[in-house]
Amino acid sequence: MTKSHEEITLTPISDTPSTMNITGLWRVVKPVVDKEKCKKCTICWKFCPDAAITLVDGEPIVDLRYCKGCGICAFECPSKCIIMVKEGEQ
Amino acid sequence: MRMVMTGNYASAYGAKLARAEVIAAYPITPQTSIVEKLAEFVSSGELKAKFIPVESEHSAMAACIAAQTAGARTYTATSSQGLTLMHEVLMWASGARLPIVMTNVSRAMAPPWNVWADHMDTVAQRDTGWLQFFCRSNQEVLDTIIMAYKICETSGVMLPAMIVEDAFILSHTSEPVDVPEQALVDSFLPAYSPELKIEVGKPMGFGSLVKPDQYMEFRYKAMLGMKEARERILRVEQEFKHIFGREHGGLLDLYKCADADVIMAAAGSVAATAMDVVDAMRAKGMRVGLARIRAFRPFPHEEFRSLAGKTEGIAVLDRSFTFGAAGAMFTEVKSSIYSCQKRPVVKNYIAGLGGRDITPKILEKIFEDMLVVSKRGAEDEVEWVDVAGLPRRWR
Repeated sequence: MTKSHEEITLTPISDTPSTMNITGLWRVVKPVVDKEKCKKCTICWKFCPDAAITLVDGEPIVDLRYCKGCGICAFECPSKCIIMVKEGEQ
Repeated sequence: MRMVMTGNYASAYGAKLARAEVIAAYPITPQTSIVEKLAEFVSSGELKAKFIPVESEHSAMAACIAAQTAGARTYTATSSQGLTLMHEVLMWASGARLPIVMTNVSRAMAPPWNVWADHMDTVAQRDTGWLQFFCRSNQEVLDTIIMAYKICETSGVMLPAMIVEDAFILSHTSEPVDVPEQALVDSFLPAYSPELKIEVGKPMGFGSLVKPDQYMEFRYKAMLGMKEARERILRVEQEFKHIFGREHGGLLDLYKCADADVIMAAAGSVAATAMDVVDAMRAKGMRVGLARIRAFRPFPHEEFRSLAGKTEGIAVLDRSFTFGAAGAMFTEVKSSIYSCQKRPVVKNYIAGLGGRDITPKILEKIFEDMLVVSKRGAEDEVEWVDVAGLPRRWR
């Protein structure tokens, strides 16, 4: 229902944070981390523009609900332990 | 205290006296000395603010938007290519209803590469939802920054404002400027306290997605904000006059227009020269006047309508050109008076692009041309002034 202009705030303000937007559905390719080769340098975590990588004991864990598959982590990884894999293939 | 200072320092003192809390900026000629001065104020502790050096003007405005959303009073300054790089985020600032105040040192757009006075950069941001004030003196620059925060931070307005200084003519020319006492400014301008802001521990989405069923209502509210700004500009200036003893003319600053046969409409520093020309021509018996466009947004449509019946001709001087049309000020003036019963002849003079001098002699010739044109109509509605290769001699 359209609210009267008198009833709304000056700019739209939603009480649901943007974490409610599950943007990972946009993805075509996904990052796969080779834990054997990972040196825990955290560069992928620093570069991820969507903050979709968290560190657990220094190891990167990709939250695929938000990862859009841009591949920046794989490109930046100095030990080349991240590869981008097409969704549905392994 | 009276000090001799450039327009750029007047901007810096204005932001300091307004107690800007976050300043994010990127250097660009001829703006740089504004934020250099502010950086000095911050590092010496004279101004308690967070100074964020950023990697581009787009980021400067983005940082101001974030800080203002968190409830801080922000300030930035830019020019020309920097302003146009900000274009996308300028729209975000107004749509998010953030009363950010910024100085734009109005400078020509490239190519041809040029760092001198020209209004194309400012005029190109006309539709971004920012208030735009053109200044004619360094004093006006300082005063208008302080006034702009007060105008924009009221709940009925909540829109950002751009204070325009002409490149070099104001930005790098020293004039005596009265720098008011901080306590006096504090009594005029209260601390910024927005109704809604980002709060830690209560995550919300600001400026979030709305569907076609609700988008127009938000735009309608922004329109109301700009309408309210008209009234606020006039009221705040009266309050300012009461405390500081100065005023700058509201939206349209009229000089000897009451009995004028023809009027020149112009914005920025050239209006100061035009005042002298009006005096000189009146001394010779010619009844001419000046309507200085101080606010370009909101535009003084009503003020022009009330001039329409009282004069025979309006010469609109534009320091920029809208390709495929005419000068932007000219089309605004014409559309203002279209609904009037008695309409003066209106002619557009394009002059001073890229810092080309607009001399008193040129202004006098424009007035003289307008006195003739006002009687028989304009053959050419738009005339480029002082262009090499054109038949008319202006110098």
